[in-house]
Amino acid sequence: MSKKQRPVEGSSRELDRRAVLKGFAGVAAFAALPLALDACSSGSGGAGTTSGPGASGTGSSPASSAGGGTSSAAGGTGSSVTAPSASASGGGGASGSVSVPKVSGTLTIGSNYSDAGVKKAFGDVATAFGNASGASVTVNTVDHNTFQNKIQQYLQGTPDDVFSWFAGYRMQFFAAQGLVSPIDDVWDKIGGNFSDAAKAVSKGADGHYYFVPIYNYPWVMNYRKSVFDEHGYQIPATWDDLIALCEKMKTDGLVPISWTDKDGWPAMGTFDILNMRMNGYQFHVDLMAHKESWADPKVVAVFDQWRKLTPYYQTGANGRTWEEAAQDLQNKKTGMMFIGAGQAGQQFSKENLPDLHFFPFPAINSQYGTDSIDAPMDGFMMSKAPKNKEAATAFLEFLGTPHAESIYLASDPTDVGVATDYDQSTYNALQKASAELIGKTAHIAQFLDRDTRPDFAYPIVQNALQSFITNQDSQAVCQQLETQAKAVFAS
Amino acid sequence: MRRLTRRDSVVLGLMLGIPLLIDLAFIWGPAIASVFLSFTNAQGARAVAWIGGENYHFMATVDYEFWPAVRHNLLWLGVFIVIATPLGMLFAVLLNNNIKGTRIYQSIFFLPVMLSLALIGIIWQLMYSPDNGLINNIIGKTGQGNQIDWLGDPHINLWAVLVEATWRQAGYVMVLYLAGLKAVDPSLQEAASLDGANAWQMFWRVVFPTLRPINIVILVVTVIESLRAFDLVYITNGGTNGLELLSAIITQQILGAGNKIGYGSAIGVVLLVISLVPIVYFLTVQFRKEKQP
Repeated sequence: MSKKQRPVEGSSRELDRRAVLKGFAGVAAFAALPLALDACSSGSGGAGTTSGPGASGTGSSPASSAGGGTSSAAGGTGSSVTAPSASASGGGGASGSVSVPKVSGTLTIGSNYSDAGVKKAFGDVATAFGNASGASVTVNTVDHNTFQNKIQQYLQGTPDDVFSWFAGYRMQFFAAQGLVSPIDDVWDKIGGNFSDAAKAVSKGADGHYYFVPIYNYPWVMNYRKSVFDEHGYQIPATWDDLIALCEKMKTDGLVPISWTDKDGWPAMGTFDILNMRMNGYQFHVDLMAHKESWADPKVVAVFDQWRKLTPYYQTGANGRTWEEAAQDLQNKKTGMMFIGAGQAGQQFSKENLPDLHFFPFPAINSQYGTDSIDAPMDGFMMSKAPKNKEAATAFLEFLGTPHAESIYLASDPTDVGVATDYDQSTYNALQKASAELIGKTAHIAQFLDRDTRPDFAYPIVQNALQSFITNQDSQAVCQQLETQAKAVFAS
Repeated sequence: MRRLTRRDSVVLGLMLGIPLLIDLAFIWGPAIASVFLSFTNAQGARAVAWIGGENYHFMATVDYEFWPAVRHNLLWLGVFIVIATPLGMLFAVLLNNNIKGTRIYQSIFFLPVMLSLALIGIIWQLMYSPDNGLINNIIGKTGQGNQIDWLGDPHINLWAVLVEATWRQAGYVMVLYLAGLKAVDPSLQEAASLDGANAWQMFWRVVFPTLRPINIVILVVTVIESLRAFDLVYITNGGTNGLELLSAIITQQILGAGNKIGYGSAIGVVLLVISLVPIVYFLTVQFRKEKQP
């Protein structure tokens, strides 16, 4: 559970350890842990009433043939899936706004949407698909840290037909191992709903599609508007403005910035944004692929810049969970916090959520301004040999519509839809701001642990950043990262 | 000597063969497979290639977690031998005298042993949490800048976790010694006290030598508990940032997102070799004893 999580991990849904820390609820949570650990294998033995267990999906000529089978098996309805997506904006009714082909049998979905809110949100999506298609849908939900840590064993065992995962390198890593099915046929239908940026991070290194996004959220500087109003703070546009603002907060008795890295991933977000602000998006991409060296003076400069924030950070970051840090922001002990807007929002109470605002991290190098952000995208993939490929294909086609996204976001007021023509009228202020920022930012990165090799992100980058937080030694951390990057990327 | 009948041979064969097969399948098999895998680049579902000693080279020269993990395991062993075990022995000796409320004290000291280590880790996080924890609130160190980050500061967090581990281990050792002390022949102590032995002499010259079998058990238990230490650091932060242990970094490598089976196996082999030292010593002592008439 701790993340270890490890590992923990760069997803939006950490197990709420604060609740555990708050008292004896922890005992109950602990009692549930073995169940969560054991729940990893797929359930539902009664699947597979349709065409064989999908061995055709693994061939080198990918799913186009199998996909053709799907639409013909679905009869005339198959071709009309993309057409009426505009009617999704009609809102209200969960059924009837998107035509979904009738499919038979059971569809099993592996989900890491384990917190109550998102579990319900995804449950609604699954139910809506079940109602529209006639398939019986089983959702196997696993605690998300456990799910992520066991993904390899899960995919090599008997995975569900469809399962939740992340866009970017973190998806491509598994696609390259042949552990998931290419879904180009799905994208033939849903492609019109997405931007080129979303398409790019849904493709494997081989150019085939493997992933359907459902929502995303930007990494930003979060703050409480009431605090800024009370003290008359201005949104900083440049680095100097930010430092001046921090100084002012200090004199007002606030700790300027919430700081946490017990979970091992929050500091990665700050590294990413400083790197992209100072060296640009392309350098980030090349560094993550280790085409640039971590010992490059440009990277050392990022850490040197980072050190300048230390006087304004909360002390004891390596012992504080991100949930605790977000609570300090909510309780007005700190003035700002750099984390995903969706993550901060998730920690805020309903009453305080309207008071949560954010601004993009200020510009440092005028050459790049604020042209890049991390906006990680979560979504779903199809396993290597789904028992019910027809239903799995239909589900992913359904998922890739604004309609399905709106069903999900109805119960998740902090993330935003990915589809380009998503109807934004239902958004709250936070979601509107998120969508606007993502829309106007030229370069969207995923996140350090999604943009590089998983075995490099954890535990190597995690350890290096944690030791940087303690020792503040820019040269040493770059040396540590480069030595290990060389060895890992060569393996 | 009479030859075994066919039936005897079959029975013997089955009674020896089945445990032997289980032993081979579940202990020797995986151990040998680990040694084999440690010379490969096995990772995830990709094809496995033989890479010789590269994993060991990476471990010794590149990995920033390996040597700290070895040091921490040794420190863990040292603290168990120097602090936890004598503490447990002290509890046992004190509680073995029929002082008032001895059963209550015994229960209190034994309680942590009954809790799972993961739960102990969670309980102590309540104590150690820098902002909301009991300890910092009592000593008034919760403010920005002056708070003590018990579990996050890599210079002190291992010691903080060792307090948790000792809290449990002392109770464990206490129970073992209590059982041993009950078995000490009271007439020995009576004779010693007639000869004018004081309490110190009584314990070290009379009681302690008779506890020899228990001492060996406790030594073995201590070594095993130190080498397999895992739960507390894993529940605290996954075994990073000052809490690296061999068992934890094996888990990170094999079960983590990178799924580096080959490299994790190599660390596992190192742990196996370290474990063999006390095991071989223990077995040698045992066999030597059996040989004596």
